[in-house]
Amino acid sequence: MSMPSFLDLNGYGHLLVEGAMMTIVVALIAMFIALCLGMAAALAKLSSRIWLRRLGGSYTVIIRGIPELVLMMVVYYGGTVLLQDLLAWAGDDSRVDINAFFAGSLVVGFVYGAYATEIFRTAFLAVPQGQIEAARGCGMVPQQIFFRIRLPQAWRFALPGLGNLWLTLLKATSITSIIGLTELARQADLVKSATQRPFITFLIACLLYLAMTAVSDLALRRFAAKAAAGFQRQDG
Amino acid sequence: MWEGIDFGLIWDSLPDLWNGLIMTVELTLLTTLGGFIISVPLGILRASHHRWASRAIWVYTYFFRGTPTLIQLFLIYYGLAEFGFIRKSGLWPFLREGYWCCVLAFTLNTAAYTIEIIAGAIRNVHRDDIDAAKALGLSKRLIMQRIVLPKALRIMLPAYANEVIFVLQSTSLASVVTVLDLTGVARVIVSHTFSPYEIFITIGLIYLAATYLALWAFRLWEARLFRHLKHPDSHLTQTVPVLR
Amino acid sequence: MRNRIALCALAIAAIMGVAGSATAKTSLIIATEGAYPPYNFVAADGSLQGFDVDMAKELCKKIDADCTIVKQDWDGMIPGLLAKKYDVIVASMGILPEREKKVDFTIPYYQAPTALIAAKSADVKVGADGYPDGDSLAGKKIGVQRASGYETYARKTWPKADIVIYDTPSSANLDLTNGRLDARFDDYILLKDGILKSDTAGDFAVVGKIYTETAMGSKGEGIAVRKGEAALRESLNKAILAMRADGTYKTINDKYFDIDLYGK
Repeated sequence: MSMPSFLDLNGYGHLLVEGAMMTIVVALIAMFIALCLGMAAALAKLSSRIWLRRLGGSYTVIIRGIPELVLMMVVYYGGTVLLQDLLAWAGDDSRVDINAFFAGSLVVGFVYGAYATEIFRTAFLAVPQGQIEAARGCGMVPQQIFFRIRLPQAWRFALPGLGNLWLTLLKATSITSIIGLTELARQADLVKSATQRPFITFLIACLLYLAMTAVSDLALRRFAAKAAAGFQRQDG
Repeated sequence: MWEGIDFGLIWDSLPDLWNGLIMTVELTLLTTLGGFIISVPLGILRASHHRWASRAIWVYTYFFRGTPTLIQLFLIYYGLAEFGFIRKSGLWPFLREGYWCCVLAFTLNTAAYTIEIIAGAIRNVHRDDIDAAKALGLSKRLIMQRIVLPKALRIMLPAYANEVIFVLQSTSLASVVTVLDLTGVARVIVSHTFSPYEIFITIGLIYLAATYLALWAFRLWEARLFRHLKHPDSHLTQTVPVLR
Repeated sequence: MRNRIALCALAIAAIMGVAGSATAKTSLIIATEGAYPPYNFVAADGSLQGFDVDMAKELCKKIDADCTIVKQDWDGMIPGLLAKKYDVIVASMGILPEREKKVDFTIPYYQAPTALIAAKSADVKVGADGYPDGDSLAGKKIGVQRASGYETYARKTWPKADIVIYDTPSSANLDLTNGRLDARFDDYILLKDGILKSDTAGDFAVVGKIYTETAMGSKGEGIAVRKGEAALRESLNKAILAMRADGTYKTINDKYFDIDLYGK
């Protein structure tokens, strides 16, 4: 299976495809982290306890205010040193490694968790209060109300926003290239240096990203069609 | 552990960081302004009934919204420079500089999102208001100018505020193509002093301050635009975070 | 939360490590850059190759250690070593005073030549000492890699020039060939292979003399270890000398270069 030479890029072409797969893996892990953090922080922000609201609030405020690139470098360079120091202080001298994969997925997940927070928060707020009151009237305890009434419906409202979040997150993985993670953007940079043909290299990278977003788009539309599309905040 | 924080280093770095900040602000303002200027007419076209125009613009916005800003930047910075005809053209004095490549890439990028935001807002202007204007005999141009656009502006403001914040933060990518913005300066200082902590946290705080300054300015603008609605609990006076 | 998980993982690793260390060979992680041909680079199949990589593998055999070679971006090289991401750096790192403050180096394992290669159209003149003239470089764009000894030297010696910073030497080379830069200041062999052997080689030339390590203020290219790892450093020193003695150095050297890079 030999590719036309301009696509093969002196034999480096396959690195781009491998990079794309790494991009998808990192994005999936980051998305999982973002959903968990987003849900937790949304509930914190909606909580009756002030300290929880403040915690959730600070999380979103700080993350939205700092560029992902800077956060990435703080975690990658500073984070390892921090962990080392903490462990040394606790008396343990061994090696701790936050490798690029861990740091990258973590930071992207952490950052997009802050955006997911707002999506979940408005989704929870959109569940009709009448249903909650009816559930209480039926004698349900708070946990039951949460898992049977709030959560399933909040998911439905959150889906469009989360769909957008996924698409943005997928592209944001390109930032992890700065710390050396071998995803698509990083591989594209390597291939451009090795082949000295930046235009075709980055064009192919763009097409790979477009393919990923297009496939995601189709999948998300299927999801949205299945779940009764209830909540649309903004167009496009 | 904490006595290790080198405040002296931070203090010594401030002059260079200040220069970096100026560069960041320049890039942000140029990009935002340029992006907005080309987005308004293109946004109107995108929301119009002219199918070929709307489609053509859609292709552009699809490309720039579907690919990462970093790759777009590389494509423009390294990719365009590969071609002899570009190097010999009148554009070369600009494209030669990392600065202008950044402005071009970031502007095209933000315009793609802004066009969609504007088009969406225009489509969402209440039919009733447009019909009333038509009944009054206003021309298409006047309807657009006096009714649709002002209303669209109010609708799109929260999303656009987010977009401007994104631009501010994405300027940090300029450091990857030799531009000495705030992040670029920071990376050089860190590479000489081996102190990632102090420097990256410092610039993190600077970006944070800049972001909230910008958001505050948008809140003021929103308050001004919605002053006719003055209800204190109106949800319209809150900046709703919407995702790109 | 993350720390707790890390601590748990570490406890497990520590137990496994203690259990294993009685009989196992020393295990080392070696970092190289992978963007510095022909010393270290990533080949088309994705593997790390080059003079440094071959040297590292041979040294490991000599000191009887189990080595893994990892890739690390240049400007994070020393911070990564200090953060214990790896134990050894074999990445053509010059033994410079500012680096010696943070890490310890072995004896030099080769002497690198440095050169300033400029576009002929930039008209950079040679000074009386045979090296490029600072005044004729005023306002000209010199491309260097971030965190390299070349960056420091260029800033110090030619303060009037416009020093442009890149992540990797190849990106900088690309900008020299497309005309963004007037000159490149880097390892001579790297520049020769990258610029003077390309299609546009005729537009560029070396300006002035080739710099020796001493002229750059460096003792040579060394292998970096953390401070306090005297035993590791000594064993690496012995290994380098052993490689010189039994000819394995020559084999690796001749694979990449026409001359003996060891110097002395």
